[in-house]
Formats: sequence, C-alpha cells, structure tokens
Amino acid sequence: MSTIPTVDPATPAPTPTPAPAAAARPRRPRPTPGKVLAWVAMALIVLVTLFPFYWMLRTALSTNASLYEDPAAVLPPEFSTGGFARVFGAQSQEEALAEGGAATSLVFWRYIVNSLIVATLVTVGQLLFCAMAAYAFARLRWPGRDLVFGIFLAGLMVPTIFTLLPNFVLIKELGLIDNVLGIALPTMFMTPFAIFFLRQFFLNIPREIEEAALLDGVSRVGIFFKVVLPMAAAPMATLGILTYMTAWNDYFWPLMVSYTDDSRVLTVALGVFRAQSPQTGTDWAGLMAATLVAALPMVVLFALFAKRIVNSIGFNGLK
Amino acid sequence: MSTTTRQIVLDPDAARNRRARERGPVTRRSARRRGLLLPLAFLAPAGLGYLVFYLWPTVRGIWLSFTSFNLLTPAEFVGLDNYRRLVQDPLFWDSLGITVWYVVLNIGLQTVLALIIALMMHQLTRSTFLRGVVLSPFMVSNVVAALVWLWILDTQFGVANQVLEWLGVGSIGFLTDEFWSIPTIAAINVWRHMGYTALLIFAGLQTLPDTVYEAARIDGAGETRIFFSITMPLLRPILALVLIMTIIGSFQVFDTVAVTTSGGPANSTNVLQLYIYDMAFGRFQFGYAAAMSVALLIVLGIITFIQFKLTRANKTDLD
Repeated sequence: MSTIPTVDPATPAPTPTPAPAAAARPRRPRPTPGKVLAWVAMALIVLVTLFPFYWMLRTALSTNASLYEDPAAVLPPEFSTGGFARVFGAQSQEEALAEGGAATSLVFWRYIVNSLIVATLVTVGQLLFCAMAAYAFARLRWPGRDLVFGIFLAGLMVPTIFTLLPNFVLIKELGLIDNVLGIALPTMFMTPFAIFFLRQFFLNIPREIEEAALLDGVSRVGIFFKVVLPMAAAPMATLGILTYMTAWNDYFWPLMVSYTDDSRVLTVALGVFRAQSPQTGTDWAGLMAATLVAALPMVVLFALFAKRIVNSIGFNGLK
Repeated sequence: MSTTTRQIVLDPDAARNRRARERGPVTRRSARRRGLLLPLAFLAPAGLGYLVFYLWPTVRGIWLSFTSFNLLTPAEFVGLDNYRRLVQDPLFWDSLGITVWYVVLNIGLQTVLALIIALMMHQLTRSTFLRGVVLSPFMVSNVVAALVWLWILDTQFGVANQVLEWLGVGSIGFLTDEFWSIPTIAAINVWRHMGYTALLIFAGLQTLPDTVYEAARIDGAGETRIFFSITMPLLRPILALVLIMTIIGSFQVFDTVAVTTSGGPANSTNVLQLYIYDMAFGRFQFGYAAAMSVALLIVLGIITFIQFKLTRANKTDLD
C-alpha cells in the first residue's frame, strides 16, 4: 500500500541515481566545528557497522579455549582454523569434542549447495516470469489490463508472513516438504514488487524502437526477448541481485519446510548449529566460522555490485 | 493519463487495428482473439504464481481461522471459536504487547539514527563507498546478525560485557535479562536496518529542490532554522512512507528472536510471530494460529490507515 502513491508511472525516471541537485551546493573553504563533529559521528557509525564483521572473523580464527581465557583480545588469542574444519566436517568426532565442538557434526557443503539451488531457482524463475508479466502490463494492449494490474498490486498489501501458514499447508499437500523445490516454489513465479519494478522500466523504453523491429518483421515474442530484455539488462541485474540476496537470507519459510539435510539451507543450518552446541559452552569459534561461511557469498556479491545496489535504493519503487 | 494517450498514438497495433476496421467486422474479431492470446501467454506463469501462492493462501488463511485444524485430519468449521479464545488468551495479549514494545523501540531508535546518518551524509559526502559501508549489514541475513551479536553480547565472554566490566559498569545480561531482552533485540535489528533506512531518507533528501535552500540562506536563515522550517516539512512525506514501511516490517519480527532467545527468558521476548509459529508447529493448532495471523493483519491494516491519515503521506508541501 505504501509504495503506490510515490510511484507515478508517467514520471520518466526509473533510473535509480538520485538527482544531482546537491552537487551544486557551494563548498566551504574551511571545515566548521559542526562538520568536524559530524565526521567524528560518521566514523563512529562506520565503526559500529563494521565491528561485528571483524569480530566474526577474529572469533572464527581462534580456539574455543583461548576465547574463554582472553575474551577481549583484539586479535585471535590463539590462532586456529579448527572452527572452519568443524563447519566443513573435516574434523573427527574426538577432535571436534576436544576443541569444544558438538558431537554430531553438520557438514556445511550440503547447505551451501541447497542455498545455491533455492536462491538460483527463485531468482531465475522470478526474473523471467515477472519480466514477461511486466511486459504484458506495460506494452501489450488487452481488455481489463489495468484492472488485473491493480489486483496484482493489491498483493503488496498482504504481508508475506500472512501467507506462510496456508502456503505451508499447500506445500505439504503437494508432497514437497523437506524438498528444495518446496522452499523455492512460492516465490519462484512472481512477487508483486518485481512486476511493479520492471513495468516501470518497460513503460519508459521508447516505443519507436519496438516499432522499428515490428516493421522489420520481428514478432512480438521476438521483440520481447531480442529487443526489450537486452535493453532492460541493468534493472534486471539490480532486481536479480536483490532477489538472490532475499532468497539466500530467508529464514522463516525454509525453517517451516526443511527438516533434514535433503533441503536444509544455510540460515536454517546456522540455527541448528547453535541449538546443537555443547551444554558446557557454545562452540563460538565454530559458530562464527559457520556464520562467516553463510555471510561470505553475500559479502562478495555486495563487494562486486555495491554501486548498483546502493544506487538502487530510492523512491522509484520501495521494497 | 498522458501515458495512455501517447500509447494510443504510438502503438503500432493501433495502426493495424485501423486497417482491420477498414477490412470489416469479422476479421477484426478474429484479430482481437489473436491479440488476447499473447498477453495471456506472457501473463500465465506469474498469474499462476499469484493465484496459487498469494490469493489462494490469503483466502485460505482467513478460512482456516474459522476452523479447527491439526494438519492431519481435515479442517473442521468451528465458527468464531478461535476468535473467542483469542480475546481471552492472556498470552496472546502479552505477546501483542511485547511486539508493540519492540516496534516502538526498534522504529524509534532506527528512524532517529537513520535520519541523523542521512543528514550527515547529505552534508558531508555523497561517496558511494561510504554508502556501501553503511548498507553492508543489510546484506547479511537476520540469522547472521543475530548470532554475531549473541556472541558480542554474551553475559560472560562477550566483548561488550568485557568493556562494561572494564568501565566499572558491570556486566549486563543483554539477552538473558527480562528487562533488557526486547531492547537488545530491537537494537540488533536497528544495526541491520539503519543503513538501509538512512539511504532511503538520503535518496529523499537528494530530491529536495535547491532553490528553497538558496532563498532561505539569502533571507539569512541559520542551519537549525533551515532544518526545522524547510528540511523537515519537505521531508515529511518521505519520512511517512519510510515509517509505514518499516513499521509493517518491524511487526513481523521473528528470525532474530527465534535464533537468540526463542521467546525467553520467562516469555519476555515471545513476540506475536513466534507465538503463532509455536502454536502451529509446536502444538499443531493451525486454526488458532491462523486466527492470530488474521488479527495481526487487521492490526497492520489499521496502523497503515491511521498513519496515512495522520501524515498525509501522499501529499507534499512542494505541490
């Protein structure tokens, strides 16, 4: 509901880059005390933002015993890659127990693969199907189009959380519990947001380009795949990255659907790892190593596409 | 409106239709049928996804709330029984209260911090790198954020408590104390979401017209005056939208609680989603869980409506 009023389909600005209005503001020659204070505050915020990432790494590379002896050491108190070894099942049970790990080992390779499958299925399916639907809403002319689009948009008003329970019942009826397909299915076809986002872009592609292709004898389907989709590569990429991240980071829905290694994704595995920690004390080195393993692909994705992701946040279609 | 006119003028189909009209009514009808096939094909996958995983679960969720359903035997209609139980269930009202308390703390802290960060960035720099850093916690999952803070805030060995001890404050049971647990969970989620919220506000700031600021400076207005008399009023519609969005998201808190405290200590973090999840998957009372979901849906609807009225979110002072 909140997104509808801001986005005016007639506005020719689907480009996420904010208006360069602020660039024109005159710069002062000398930093005022206010500015210095603001920089200090900014540095503090950056510190709070980044510290947990460093602490994850520092803890993952320590032994559990040393963590308990010297909990505040800035560098790993006693360097070890044992945490990572436990996460990937490369330690024997005796070794793991001796280093403060759990007796039953979780092998994270499997969960990485499951997460990759789920996130890829969701992203590829959602992108393709939503682009097709968005094109039908933006460019094809058929009776009832705006009404149907309104009905789709209304889907934005129902919080995802409301559909989880009934969707679980449905997935169970389909026999897809504890199956990666069961995890991917509900978001594989569409989200109202994705259709909305891509329609905005398609509306602003000049019609002349499509007309020229039509005159050259290209079919409507051909135009969509050969002309429109390549032109939409940039917003498709942005949407794809965001969709992939959302699917990768999701916890609640996979928690309902996956029960065993067959379909367990990384987020759920992390929860299980935490719950399985020995009574005597949590295997913090192992847990932080596991956390890092789960977070790293997203950190890499972010590092590669930071500019695109950062610039996509704006009022051209909120998420 | 203007878009539609432009579409008609430029639409190549229109030209074709005009030709068809000249040829006679029979051809026109068949042409129209042919014209309907393509949009249908483009819409089919997303439409299927919408019907099966959005519309049907919404209807079914409401239906289930009027039934007694344990997943194994067919749902049995029980009228308003679930809702009667809900009104009398002290745990439901407790968990609603806990959720509201969480939302107040989470949104309050997050909005203030995000506004400060956005304003500072607006004044200091438009560096993509800095924006990327601020956004980075948003890239990792709630589970990852929850686990790393669980470790940092650990009562005995967490570095935060080590620092507090060193400062002479003494250690705090951030996640093990009934008083601190909800504020702590709220703060963890602020850490993950404040950068994202800040970038939304920042994007809004970029759209404010420079001319107003120049005029104010010429009139001799100070920075404080400019902030309260120009920036805040102009930013209001954007802030209102951000608030509606973040509040709706905040009400659905689950992941962080499930991973850190699972509702404890002494039910002090038993947020509504956790109670619903426990009712469905712990006690297999899907009907009652569905009724509570409907209640949450109604609460969210009312909040959105009130906020919309109060903040006049769809109006801006620039009009």
